[in-house]
Amino acid sequence: MEIRSVKYRIGKNYGFKALVTLFAFACVIPLLFILFFILKQGITKINWHFLVNVPKPVGELGGGIANALVGSILIIFFSSLIAIPIGVLAGIYLSENRKSRLAYWSRLCVDILQGVPSIVIGIVAYFWIVKPLGGFSAISGSIALAIMMLPIVVRSTEETLKLLPSSLQEAAFALGMPFHRVIFKVVLPVGISGILSGVMLSIARITGETAPLLFTAFGNPYLSFNIGKPMQSLPLLIFNYATSPYDDWKDLAWGASLVLLLWVLLLNIFTKLITRKWKVQL
Amino acid sequence: MDTSVKNAGITRSDLPLRVIHSTPEGIAKAKNRIRRSFRQIRTENVFRQTLVIVGLLMVILVLGILLTLVVQSLPSLKTLGPKYLWGKVWDPVQDVYGALPFLVGTLLSSFLALIISIPFSLAVAIWLGEYYPKGWLPNFLKNAVELIAAVPSVIYGFWGLAVLVPIVRNLEIRLGVSPIGQGIFTSSLILAIMIIPYAASLGRSMIQLVPSQLKEAAFGLGATRWEVIRSVVLPYTKSGLFAGILLSLGRALGETMAVTMVIGNTSLMPKNIFAPGNTMASVIANEFTEADKPVYVSALIELGLVLFLVTVVINLIGKKIIDRFTHD
Repeated sequence: MEIRSVKYRIGKNYGFKALVTLFAFACVIPLLFILFFILKQGITKINWHFLVNVPKPVGELGGGIANALVGSILIIFFSSLIAIPIGVLAGIYLSENRKSRLAYWSRLCVDILQGVPSIVIGIVAYFWIVKPLGGFSAISGSIALAIMMLPIVVRSTEETLKLLPSSLQEAAFALGMPFHRVIFKVVLPVGISGILSGVMLSIARITGETAPLLFTAFGNPYLSFNIGKPMQSLPLLIFNYATSPYDDWKDLAWGASLVLLLWVLLLNIFTKLITRKWKVQL
Repeated sequence: MDTSVKNAGITRSDLPLRVIHSTPEGIAKAKNRIRRSFRQIRTENVFRQTLVIVGLLMVILVLGILLTLVVQSLPSLKTLGPKYLWGKVWDPVQDVYGALPFLVGTLLSSFLALIISIPFSLAVAIWLGEYYPKGWLPNFLKNAVELIAAVPSVIYGFWGLAVLVPIVRNLEIRLGVSPIGQGIFTSSLILAIMIIPYAASLGRSMIQLVPSQLKEAAFGLGATRWEVIRSVVLPYTKSGLFAGILLSLGRALGETMAVTMVIGNTSLMPKNIFAPGNTMASVIANEFTEADKPVYVSALIELGLVLFLVTVVINLIGKKIIDRFTHD
């Protein structure tokens, strides 16, 4: 190898560092562009009427996104109701049985589930729930989103419980506590912050999911509280109105985008605060 | 007596050691104690069984998804056969189904996105993992990159439609290709932004795992920072970095909404990277609810099956590599 001058090598070192720094911070630019653009487009549309009215037909002023807000909240509420208990229990199972064969396959399946494209979950939910029930419904959307929530809840529960010192459980067992009370009275209360942040993260993720809802909740231009019928949700509304040719509807979609973005960002910040306060590793 | 009642119902084994007073209330208390004990044991067993059932449920869920996709795509597997995958024409009205345009569209947009995003995600990984692991600025960068993953894909799509499409259209006018704006190149740009966090955060944690002795030895030999990175850090972490890139690829392949909104949605074979097209995910999103013939529906589901299998394989390989890397 030829001997290069020290100056050349030091120069190359600094050049490379500058290049890495440049590329690393270049990633932030599109993000800032997106955030500011959504803020700029959406901020003028949002007011009280926007939040409490349903969309008006093209040409009429003053439509809102109340139906999508209600729909999003209901759909997410029901998917949390399904996914959180199952996910936490599965996480407990995986952390309590680290070596068993079923746990190995179960863990593998959770990994697989995490990578399944959301549109595929939509197709499957269509055949599992929409077809047997005979029509699009909000509850089928909830179930599709619950399947997407599961892996995140399971993994965060498992990782949190794994980190707890085993002496804690052993002490409880030594006092003669039955297994389920050890879990509910000792393990879960200690690990609650980690589990909670996993739950929040999963909610933040499914809030913006559109693809699984296309064939399940389907969307609905009217306000609806019936989970057995089609229901609008924020991402669906954005998708439908953003791709429409009408400026009124696009404006509506910008406002809805800002609401959705704020919702997701708040959830993420809240999760960050929890993890920082309790020093959880995710 | 009081304390023994309070502690009752804990284990079975210490029951015979207790004195049972032969007064009616003593016997009643003892019976009560035993009953509570057995109830606890029963609850414990039920709880353990529930856990096993829930663990099993995860396996059933994945097998169920696979089975549903296979069963529902049987009609198309039967009538169209394997040549469906390399048929060039997709025309449901004439009952002609060929998936090649979508396969090409998916691969082209995903790999283009991967090529665009690799320098950026690698730079983030190196900067955060090696140059500045701690401090407020690295913290800001880390949170910002995580935020990229948090923004919903439909918002990326909407932004792309409003901002990127006109930019790309201008670029196309300058290059002399037909100025549509929507197309594979636009969707690759959006995808490239969206998949940066996956490779970056994994790469960062891998780079932080490099033993400091190795780096110190290289520094001791007089290597500069860049030489340490090039000849110690990158070779040591190459499998981990590769896994991160694989996971990004998995994300890009399955991404639906953002791509659907900016790719142009035509089922023709893309002639170049600026041409409009369709990916497997976007064609399902567009046509699934409109499909009126059983073979048409089933052909779309077969695309879903292919997508499912490809992403599962990619994710499993990625996870295997990460496991091997972190355990060694």
